[in-house]
Amino acid sequence: MLYRENGQFKTSYVEDQQILPIVQDRWFMLALLAFAYIGLPLIASDYTFRALIVPFLILAIAAIGLNILVGYCGQISLGTAAFMAVGAYAAYNIVIRAPVLNFIVVLVLAGGVAAVVGVLFGIPSLRIKGLYLAVATLAAQFFVDWMFARVKWFTNYSSSGSVSTAPIEMFGWAVESALDKYLFVLTIAVVLTLAAKNLVRGHIGRSWMAMRDMDVAAEVIGIRPLYAKLSAFAVSSFYAGIAGALWGFVHLGAWEPLAFNINLSLNLLFMIIIGGMGSLLGAYFGAAFIVLLPILLNQVPGWFGIPISTALASHLELIIFGSLIVFFLIAEPHGLARLWAIGKEKLRLWPFPH
Amino acid sequence: MKSLIRMNAKTALAIAGIAAAALCTPLASTAQTKGAAAGKGEQFFPVLVYRTGAYGPNGTPWANGYVDYLKLVNAQGGINGVRITFEECETGYDTARSVECYERLKSRPNAAVFQPLSTGATFAITDKAPTDKIPIITAGYGRSESVEGEVFPWNFPLLGTYWTAADVLVQHLGKLNGGLDKLKGKKIALIYHDSPYGKEPIPLLTERSKLHGFQLTTIPVTHPGVEQKAAWLQIRQLRPDYVVLWGWGVMNSTAIREAVATGFPRDKMFGGWWSAAEPDVTPVGADAKGYNGMAYQHGAGRSKVHQDILNLVHAKGQGTGPADEVGSVLYNRGLISAMLGVEAVRQAQLRYGVRPLTGEEVRYGLENLNIDAKRIDALGLAGVIRPLATNCRDHEGSRWARVHTWDGTKWSFSSDWYEADSQIIKPMIRDAAARYVTEKKITRRSCEAEMTAAAKAAPAATPAKTAPAAPAKAVPAAKK
Repeated sequence: MLYRENGQFKTSYVEDQQILPIVQDRWFMLALLAFAYIGLPLIASDYTFRALIVPFLILAIAAIGLNILVGYCGQISLGTAAFMAVGAYAAYNIVIRAPVLNFIVVLVLAGGVAAVVGVLFGIPSLRIKGLYLAVATLAAQFFVDWMFARVKWFTNYSSSGSVSTAPIEMFGWAVESALDKYLFVLTIAVVLTLAAKNLVRGHIGRSWMAMRDMDVAAEVIGIRPLYAKLSAFAVSSFYAGIAGALWGFVHLGAWEPLAFNINLSLNLLFMIIIGGMGSLLGAYFGAAFIVLLPILLNQVPGWFGIPISTALASHLELIIFGSLIVFFLIAEPHGLARLWAIGKEKLRLWPFPH
Repeated sequence: MKSLIRMNAKTALAIAGIAAAALCTPLASTAQTKGAAAGKGEQFFPVLVYRTGAYGPNGTPWANGYVDYLKLVNAQGGINGVRITFEECETGYDTARSVECYERLKSRPNAAVFQPLSTGATFAITDKAPTDKIPIITAGYGRSESVEGEVFPWNFPLLGTYWTAADVLVQHLGKLNGGLDKLKGKKIALIYHDSPYGKEPIPLLTERSKLHGFQLTTIPVTHPGVEQKAAWLQIRQLRPDYVVLWGWGVMNSTAIREAVATGFPRDKMFGGWWSAAEPDVTPVGADAKGYNGMAYQHGAGRSKVHQDILNLVHAKGQGTGPADEVGSVLYNRGLISAMLGVEAVRQAQLRYGVRPLTGEEVRYGLENLNIDAKRIDALGLAGVIRPLATNCRDHEGSRWARVHTWDGTKWSFSSDWYEADSQIIKPMIRDAAARYVTEKKITRRSCEAEMTAAAKAAPAATPAKTAPAAPAKAVPAAKK
């Protein structure tokens, strides 16, 4: 009843091509942003920001990056955590070797370095496809793990191989408190999501999708596979690199190569599979599912005062989490984003479905 | 159609539920504190543990010992009457999850001290301690340079760091050969867990290898360490005189198994003190006989405190783990780790009065710990640990260790006490701490200035009334 676009006529191309063509969606998005910027800081605690929302947002950025590659361009990658690691270590090295740079510049440069590495490891995608490509990107994961553990220059000759960062400061703003960190990461997430949205609905995004749907046909209509595939790898790794730098600098503060191991790559892949391939919203849903759900499940027995042992709680967490994954994939193989879309469809007809 | 609608409603509910739960977490979790209604009037001990995963077999006895000791203190009337509450949080030895646990438990009222039992997590939490003002005890692990209290006011690697362990180990090998100079030309291979934990001893071993002329080969093993064929192939080719094992969890028993398969004599193998406990040797069976390891002051075995735990905790059905685990190596380490935290609170109570203390106040206790032989007797730990005393410059307290050997059924000591050589370790600590200062852009506190200030304040007021001196100001301040 409320959610209905009847009577909303588009009279110009600009109106017709806007990101959210329906007025209700625009209001919803504004309300969501207002809640994120104003409402949440008023009600959420330090713990919620530091342990839940900041990691959620950072991994959502990485998941958007991976979704561009896998969901939009159809190139399966198992190396996202490697590109995150490249971003994190690039940022670390830029900060210690050129301390004058503003952190925003550092982030962009770190993303750029990750993009270059991503393109390098994307080259095999020109020849191999599907699962074979996934195995090839696995090489990126292991190579990068090895490189940061062995080549001491990257860790500034730290004896333990672990690096720690100085607090972020830019424009006189020290990003230290939980709220600062949240607002900083939120802003970056918003900007990057908007950029991704515009990329995927523009001509470059269309060429990715054409590549994904049928590469031979795409080539026939004049899309260059080299350009389309490598640009997807570049953009995807750029996002992963920025997420990695944020993960290191904002979330952990000190990290070791193990922080970006194959598990993280797999988790990111699960995020976009559960959230929804080829959907930016899906990246957020997936990240929320993978990051927040286990932590909440772990705390549920405590809320109800059920005295179970720590080990049992964490086994239960794994069992329930695993079954929920299976449940959601059976209920909607196209991911949580698809459920959301179905929900909107239903809402248009509600309360008189036909 | 209909089923889809229902599905939607359910999903929407689920999502809303998750969101609501996320927001309510702080409220809900405060109500959760074990024991009485609120944390008021009680000293809270956050307990970061891992009872599951690849490191669970080693993490569990540690956790049981830790919690049993806290229960024992409560059974004996608390810390001078102040009762202890605690809550466990499972980290799975994962850094990101440890940070989540840390954030979850740090805001409880009167959280005394964190003991993350993971070097990776220690690195991450060390960063947060100055802002949150809760000290960290890393008993036998963590950053070796955090002994330097001027740079790491909140870290306490009590009773020994990895550098202490490695140093004592080299001394022992020297003694076996009839003098450190006899190590010249010997080949020593270090098989280590490829993480900050495993890499920590390398600088010291390198330093010692230059000094005594032995040849050091370092062989990394990737987490979790169940795949070591390549490492042991290298051992087979190298034929080292000794193998030093710096593993954790399943990596240890796998290494001993591989040694059996390679035919490397177990009595030439020496584990660090996290590679020398029952879960490391029992899975191998009889073949593990003769395997040596460092003892972090204590070994296996029971003393008076264990009898108290059996009588006052286990006999009442309150025991955390099985009773026959009491007195095993890692159980004892958990117990001693908890004891150090409790003693720090006791020490701080001398100054701030008998009441639940904040983390900042407990930090004072940790920095002024003085557990002498008499106190050790009273604790029921006679013969288990040596006296220790900390101060502003030395957060380690004691640098002694022994070696123990697995005889097929139990661990027993096979060496006398050694003290790590400060001549070698101190300059290394100084350099590493100085690097940390430049990297993190922090300002050092000055122990000298604090001590003179404290000396001035002391005659003026009774100890209990003295205003908390310098520590608050000494927190590494971000460059402004």
